[in-house]
Order: sequence, then C-alpha cells, then structure tokens
Amino acid sequence: MLDNIWIMPALMAGAFVFTLLFSKRLGVAGHWAGLTAITICLGLSIVAGIQWNNTERIPLKEAEKAELAAIGLEAHESETTSEKSDDNEIALGATVGKSVAAPVLAASSTEEELVRVPVLREWSWFDMGDGGQEGDSTVQIGTRADGLSIVMLLTVCLISFMVHIFSIGYLKGDRRYRHYFASLALFTGAMMLMVISSTTLGVLFGWELMGLCSFLLIGHWWEDRNNANAALKAFFTTRTGDIGLLVGIAMLFFFAGNRFDIAAINYTAIEGGRTTMLTVACAALLVAVIGKSAQFPLHTWLPDAMAGPTPASALIHAATMVVAGVYLVLRLYPSFWTAFDIGGGVWSPIAIVGVTTAITAALLAFVQTDLKKVLAYSTVSQLGFMVLALGVGGWIAALFHLVTHAVFKGLLFLCAGSVSEGCHHTFDMREMGGLRKKMPVTYATFMIGTLALCGVAPFAGFFSKDEILLSAGTYGYKTFMYLGFLAAALTAMYMTRATYLTFFGRYRGHAHPHESPRILTLPLISLTAISIPVGLINLPLLGHPLDKFAATATNLVLYEEAGLPSILTFSWNKAIASVLVVAFAFALAYAYNVRKMFGHGLTKRSTLARAGYTFLVNKYYLDRLYTDGVVGGIKGPVANAAYWVNQNVIDGVVNGVGTGGKLAAKGVYNVLDQSVVDGAVNGVGAAATQSGGLLRKLQNGQVQTYAAWLFGAGALFVLYLAINA
Amino acid sequence: MYLIQYLFLSAMLFGIGVYGALARKHAVLVLMSIELILTSVNINFLAFGAFNETTRGAVFAIFVIAVAAAEVGVGLAIVLLMYRNNKNIDLTEADAMKG
Repeated sequence: MLDNIWIMPALMAGAFVFTLLFSKRLGVAGHWAGLTAITICLGLSIVAGIQWNNTERIPLKEAEKAELAAIGLEAHESETTSEKSDDNEIALGATVGKSVAAPVLAASSTEEELVRVPVLREWSWFDMGDGGQEGDSTVQIGTRADGLSIVMLLTVCLISFMVHIFSIGYLKGDRRYRHYFASLALFTGAMMLMVISSTTLGVLFGWELMGLCSFLLIGHWWEDRNNANAALKAFFTTRTGDIGLLVGIAMLFFFAGNRFDIAAINYTAIEGGRTTMLTVACAALLVAVIGKSAQFPLHTWLPDAMAGPTPASALIHAATMVVAGVYLVLRLYPSFWTAFDIGGGVWSPIAIVGVTTAITAALLAFVQTDLKKVLAYSTVSQLGFMVLALGVGGWIAALFHLVTHAVFKGLLFLCAGSVSEGCHHTFDMREMGGLRKKMPVTYATFMIGTLALCGVAPFAGFFSKDEILLSAGTYGYKTFMYLGFLAAALTAMYMTRATYLTFFGRYRGHAHPHESPRILTLPLISLTAISIPVGLINLPLLGHPLDKFAATATNLVLYEEAGLPSILTFSWNKAIASVLVVAFAFALAYAYNVRKMFGHGLTKRSTLARAGYTFLVNKYYLDRLYTDGVVGGIKGPVANAAYWVNQNVIDGVVNGVGTGGKLAAKGVYNVLDQSVVDGAVNGVGAAATQSGGLLRKLQNGQVQTYAAWLFGAGALFVLYLAINA
Repeated sequence: MYLIQYLFLSAMLFGIGVYGALARKHAVLVLMSIELILTSVNINFLAFGAFNETTRGAVFAIFVIAVAAAEVGVGLAIVLLMYRNNKNIDLTEADAMKG
C-alpha cells in the first residue's frame, strides 16, 4: 500500500468525474460514488498506517543515508551530525527509557534515535530539455509515504468520511446535490494529493485544486449574492497568498539545484545552512501560509467562507484545507528551521504570526452573534496555535494539534449544522438558547467538542495545546508560551459564551427546535467517540506514539544540531498551569455570561469598552482596509489616471500637435509674409491635422484596428530581427 | 522536398490570415482567419520539427491546436453574445472599447 498510495487521490478524482458525468445518467444517488470512494480510502489509509507502523525502524544515520540515496544525493555531512548527537542521545534515551510500555523500542532506543525511511515512488513527468543546465533536467512527480503524510491521510479520510455521511442528511433535496458531492470528492482527492506528494509541484497542484473546490463549495448557494461574494473573497484572498507559494517554489527549485523534490530541498537547506535565497523563499512561502491557513492579517476570508453548506465548512474551513499551510511548513520544516533560525530561540516570524493570529481571532470570537462565525474565528485562532507551534520548533506539537483540532473542530461544526437543522436554518445565537433539553444528542456532543477545544484535562485539546505550550517553554520561547496561555484562556471564555447562548437559558427563537435525524447525529456520535482517545496518541505514558510514528530523519538532525530534545518531557507544572488557566477562564466567563457579574451593558456605559466593542465588531477594520484601501485604492486612482492620460496626454498631444502646427503655419505666414507659397502653409496644417487624426485612431474601439497595430508592431520586430541577424 | 516550400505555404497562409483578420467585417470570418494564422504557425512547427528530426515541433503543434480550439470556443461565445445584444455581428459597429 505504501508504494501505491497514489490510488487514494485517484479514487477520489474518479468519484468526482463519475458523480459529475455519469451518476445522473446511471440513476445512482449523487453521494454514491463519493461515499464509496471515501470509505475505501479510509480503509486504505488505515492499512497504510498499519504498514507504516510495521516498517522497520533503523538508526538515524542509516535512515538519512537511505533517504539521500533514494533521491539521488550523496550524504555529505553525516559524520558531524552523529558526533554531535552523542550526548543528546543519552538524554533522549533517558526520556524514552521510561516508556517501557512500547516493546518495539525498549531494546534499541538507549543507543540511537530510530526512524523509518519514507517510501518514495517517483515517475519522471517531462524532460526540460538538454539546455546544458547543471543538475537534473527531468521533472519528477511522485508520492512519498511517511509518518507525516499517513497521519494527514488518516485525518483527512476520517473527517471527510464523517462529512460525507452528514452531508447526505444535511443537503437532502438540494438543487445541486450532485455538484456538491462532486466538489467534496475532488476536494478530498486534492488534499490527499497534496499530502502524499514528494515534490513541491504536487503540493502546488493539490493546493490550487483545493482553492478551486473551496470556491465552488462556499458559493454552493450562489443565488444569494452574499454567498457568491464570500466565495470570491475567499478565492482572491488565498490567491494573494498563493503568489508567495509560486515564488517560493520557484526559488526553492533553483536553491536545491534544479529539483522539485521536497527531500532534496530539505537536505540542501540542512547542509547549505542559511542563505539569503533560502530566507527569501521561505518568507514567500510564509505569505502563502498566511493566506491559506487564514493567519492575521489575511484571515478575513475564513469567517465569510461560512456562507457555504455547514458540512463543507466543517471539512474545508475547519478541519482540513485550512491546515494546508500548516502542512506546507511541516513538510518543508528543515528549510523553514534553517531560514528563520528556529532552533536559535531568539525570535521567529512564524511564531509572531501565529501568536498574533491566536489572540486577535480569539478576541473577535467574543462579539459574534452567529454560532458558525464563533467557530470560524475559533478555527483561525487554533490555526494560529499550530503556526505558533511551528514557529517555536514544536514540529510534533503542531502536527498533534492539527489532528486533534481536525477531529474536535469537525465535530463542533457538524454540531452547529445539526443545531441549525433543528432551529429552521438559523445560526443566530440570539434566536437560540435552551436547546439543551430539545436536542440532547447535539448538546452532549457539542459539550465534549467544546471541552476538547478549551483544553479541559482528559480531552483531546488539553494534550495537544499543552504540547505546544511545552515546546514553546522548552525551546526557549518563554514570551510566546505566556501569550499562548492567554490565548488558551480566551478560547475557554468565548466558547463558554457561545455554549451558554446556544444551549442554556431560555429559548429565544420562534421555531420549534427538535433533535436532528439519525443520519446527522450518527457522525456526531462517532466523532465524539474518536475525539476522546485522539488526545492520547502522543501520551508520554504510552511512549510518545505519535513522535515515533511521524519522526523523520531530517527533523531529528535539526534538533540534534540545535542541541534540543526532539521528544518533550512531560511537565506537571505546565499541565497544572494550563488547567488552572482554563478553569479561571471558565469561572470568569461563567460569572460574566451566566451570573451577569461585572455589570452587563458595559458597552453602553463605558466609552472605552464601547470603542473596543465597535473595533471588534468591525473586525479591526481590516475588511474596510482591503475593500476601500487596497481594492478601491487601486481601482479609483488607476482608473482616474487612465482617464487623465486619455484626456490630457493623448488629447493634449493631438490638440497640441494641431495647435502647434497652426501656430507654426501662422508664424511662417506672418514672418515670411507672402514670400512662401501658400501650399507649404497648408501642407504643414494638413500634416498636423493628419497626425492628430492618426493618434486619435489609436483609441477608436475597433478590434481590428488594435489587431492591425499588433501585427504592425510584430512586423517591425521581425524586420528588426532580420536586419540584425 | 525542401523546407522552403513549407515555409512559403505557411507564409502565404499567414498573409491571407492577417488580411482576413484585419479586413473582414464579419466576426465569424475574422475568427476563421485567425485559425488560418494558427495553422500557418503549425505548419512552421511541423516543418522545422520534421527537418530537424525531432518530435518537439509536433508536440508544440498539438498544444497550438488545443489552444486554438479553446480560443474558437471563447470567440464563438463572444460572437453569440454580440449577436444577442446588437442583432448583428459587424465588427465595425462594435466599438464599446472606444477610449
């Protein structure tokens, strides 16, 4: 399976084509192909996971050599890394040694770090020609099965499977049922393609395809102008970031000696050290991450993307697509590490982006009245957490949080969908309340999702968030750790508010809320059942299974060179601190929202509070800035400038030539009086008018005139070439 | 056979195409003339490819054909819309792009 991992995206792509072209003709339900394909993929990804787990783990040095050989490079500096690693290994062995529970490593872990070699499969796609360039001229495309891609595959398949089932109930009787499921299948396939690609080109394809599917799904109900606008906004905003991706990929291509292989790029980065080119390329990629993963200040598209059908939001704008940016950094981590000197522990732009996003988005979640938007801002905030983890060196922490977040945020979004189904299609929390009794299943699952999101002790979010804060503390980013605690507290507060408004108190709407049908609650229950144990996948007591599963040779080398532990030691202090912070936040939010302490209606009395509230309601005025400042700024002045050029320059030239000609003619007439023949005077005048007329013809609106200019210019160019040859 | 014969044919087609594209008033005829231009380019590609004994020319020609098909698709759609709005497809009357 690890060799043939490409089957999965291919299956989903097949489902897409089938649903769109044949399902109607053959008379099968629109969800049939997609559901079958995703079920098979879920099975296959589990098989792949088991196979990967059974792959032999070999010592780091050998793994590195094997990987280098697989991509056709030679090991340059493997001696230095192994020398340095000696003393770290002992420390590592000590932490690992506690985990006697894992029998696989008990024997060998004391000596050296063990990793698995990724399974690569490459095809040459096309030959770039024999232009005498150095390096390889064939462009490869291939798949790479390793711990990271398999964890991602499992996550995507699981969430996508649940979303498919939920969608059957949620979109029942929808006008574009088939289109919806086709896009869903294509999206899942694109995400799979991205996570299994061994080259940056494959990542680019998957990335762009997901952008397209996101556009299609957000604008699924495009009859409503707002939905169509939201789709456009999402597309354009992520597109802004995608420029960075293109630039970054192109630069890394040259950086790695004309290769697109991710492994080659990473090894070049490790061996070559920090160069300006690498830093600029990674900065460009960081822009792409900011766009796709909705980081501040390009996060504005994500809350608007909630215009799409809720299960699609759950899959795309909460659980999987938005983590594409995080995945990109995970995949190219050695490059980012080297470029931004993450191991140095001074400051890191990635961490700054992440922590800013985590806090600003959490603040925005306080003023939303739409349940889905609260969850959307919460997603932005949690993505900020992942990026923060990446920025402080917590590779595993980011991956871990990615997985747990996908599960519980997918769950929360599906719950929101179920709530809206029960309350006659509204997401407005002002018209909810008291749904606890009316929708018991949704209530229970939502509560567990919320507890997981807030990081309450035995639930998933606690472990992953703790791991992030722990890595920030361990790798020397103390400030970021405290800011992370702040963001965690904010999370607990806004989720308390949302839960209270939705499920507690008195029902404020006018519909008759009822529990959703089985097809909607089934995925909720399954996801809940998964969201509880998913937090245990990296439990120190079990010997850090995720660390073992996803470890890559390149990352271990990084940690060794920086002299940092790659596996974190569990810290009771931080765990207790995080529990206390969350408990305090709960208490504060409870006091404010339920007990109505600290004076409700603060915004009415205090100018400062009102100013803050207005600022948040207007989303920091970022949308205003983008539409009026950027778009308007470009549209208005450029259009005006063009008009001005048209009016003053072109007409001015025309008129100027005319007047100039006339003046000259007059001068000639007057000065030389009758000595020059009238014909000359008339000639000059006529020439002036004609040249004016010629210039006017530039702008006559006739396609063929423009074409004539084009061909004329082309002919001149050919003439020039012919003369110069 | 000599290369020059192909090139001559191609140049003739190109000239006819340019003339048609610039001089005809009928939008469909203009589109057809553009096809002639593209065909002449294809002939060039194929001829050079054949005479240099590589397949690259042929590959490029296939790309050109694909692009040409797409271009005609878009072009005819525009012509249809033009007809729907103006009730004729005389290119001289379509001057909405006037500055």
